[in-house]
Amino acid sequence: MKILALDSSGLVASCAVLEKKENGEEKILALCSTDFKKTHSQTLLPMIDHICEQTDSKAEDFDAVAVAAGPGSFTGLRIGSATAKAIAMAAGIPIIEVPTLLGLAYNFRCEKRLVCPMMDARRNQVYSALYGFEEGKTVIYKDQSALALDEMTEFINSLGNEVVFLGDGVDAYKDEIAGRVKVPYVLAPAHLNRQNAASVAVLASEMYEEGRTVNADDHSPEYLRVSQAEREGAKDFNLT
Amino acid sequence: MSTNLSENKDLLVLGIESSCDETAASVIRGCRTVLSNVIYSQIDIHTVYGGVVPEIASRGHIEKINLVVKRALSEAGVGLKDLDAIAVTYGPGLVGALLVGVAHAKALGWAAGVPVVGVNHIEGHICANFITNPGLEPPFMCLVASGGHSHLVNVSGYGEYEIIARTRDDAAGEAFDKVARAIGLGYPGGPKIDKAAREGDPDAIAFPRAKVRENEYDFSFSGLKSAVLNYLNSCNMKGEKINTADVAASFQKAAVDTLVGHSMQAATDRGVTKFAIAGGVASNSSLRKAFEEECDKRGIEFLRPEPIYCTDNGAMIGVAGSYDYLLGYRSGLDLNAVPNLSIGERKGVFKV
Repeated sequence: MKILALDSSGLVASCAVLEKKENGEEKILALCSTDFKKTHSQTLLPMIDHICEQTDSKAEDFDAVAVAAGPGSFTGLRIGSATAKAIAMAAGIPIIEVPTLLGLAYNFRCEKRLVCPMMDARRNQVYSALYGFEEGKTVIYKDQSALALDEMTEFINSLGNEVVFLGDGVDAYKDEIAGRVKVPYVLAPAHLNRQNAASVAVLASEMYEEGRTVNADDHSPEYLRVSQAEREGAKDFNLT
Repeated sequence: MSTNLSENKDLLVLGIESSCDETAASVIRGCRTVLSNVIYSQIDIHTVYGGVVPEIASRGHIEKINLVVKRALSEAGVGLKDLDAIAVTYGPGLVGALLVGVAHAKALGWAAGVPVVGVNHIEGHICANFITNPGLEPPFMCLVASGGHSHLVNVSGYGEYEIIARTRDDAAGEAFDKVARAIGLGYPGGPKIDKAAREGDPDAIAFPRAKVRENEYDFSFSGLKSAVLNYLNSCNMKGEKINTADVAASFQKAAVDTLVGHSMQAATDRGVTKFAIAGGVASNSSLRKAFEEECDKRGIEFLRPEPIYCTDNGAMIGVAGSYDYLLGYRSGLDLNAVPNLSIGERKGVFKV
């Protein structure tokens, strides 16, 4: 079983090829990530082409395309989704919609502490969640959502457990975290604190085994937020 | 490769368009024959907001893109691997909306082993004329007028475009939208003003026809729009009843006079023998009629696309892309959206 995994939800564009043998052995055959000046539109597909060439993979060799399906940058999510939908359509394979924040947390899949991925969502909010990985099982303490930083730090304080923070939201709110978090915590080092398609692929492989795939035609990102016009229009037009 | 039609009658090109609020795809055979033309319009969604909301448009595109492309292929009875090329609009337009089509087309081409060529949306509008007028060959002059664009273009050969005039401020369609909103007709303004104007007197109110000093062919519509708004304000202040049909007809006459007047001046000065119109505004009945009459007077052949090819569609992108492909243009896997792409600019393509 072979999965092509993509993540363009944040500043990083990342893609990976995962292979799972019949004996259950999993391997990341290739991984490529870029966090530089170019846009995802310019980097993602050339990287996919590169890792597929390196691993002798063609679109039809894959059993599914996994994509970090949100939350994240609206445009970034759509570049990943459009790419995934087209490849899946051409190859006649399904899509695995990986929740962005759980995919990000999988960078710490064997961590005993709680894991808090956090992305800067602007407008004084973060996209965040809180997970624990206990005896190989994922425990969702707080599902991914758009919320004020305070709400998350208060929740973490109420649990009292040690926490690992990761994601670009940590860079944006480093001082606020230091001021508000009352439990012991660490910040992820640079090689583990950003979206990584290899982590997305490992989570996607589990989801694939559980049959959690969708038809590529039906896939759309999970934005966790309505557009500004709907928010403001809702007031003007009494739509709510 | 040659652009000779008889040598390329089996060429198959998929055109994908997502620059504004229509998700569209089409399969073109032999550069001009439309095998399918699928358009998913979001207009009802945007009408509530009085105009296109970019984020909502982009969300709509990602939801529908596979369905639209699949239907275009199945209606044409064509498989992905049968295609010679995939053409996609990469500008101008709304960046978030363009990116959905661009990312999709590139990945589709990559997965199916089909070359991709980025197409200029406005050049696509111009090429819609090749569909409705199978005998049309360059050179000809074309007025492209829509909600976002107003250009007078000289098409000297396939893939060769020279801008003769442009608008200095609002696009023609934008002026229609703004005036329609001001007189309570709602969005989209073009067809609503066209309809209301039929009941009104085009000479009831004398609205101005603007001339631009630097380039006598250039258009300007903001002065006309302001004149309409001032007229409405002054009526309201004086407590005079506003005749919506007369305002619509008089405004439309002024806009059409400007578009036709400048176009005919340029066409005459340059000795043009064929004149075409394109874009959403080209389906305005009053504009079509005025062009027909004025071209007839001057012995110029007048051409226009059928209304379905005036609105944003994938067929026009497939046609423009077919010629660009035959001219040797291709795009790389790193093709990006260029929201302010100019006519004739080849920013996202290279020649093989």
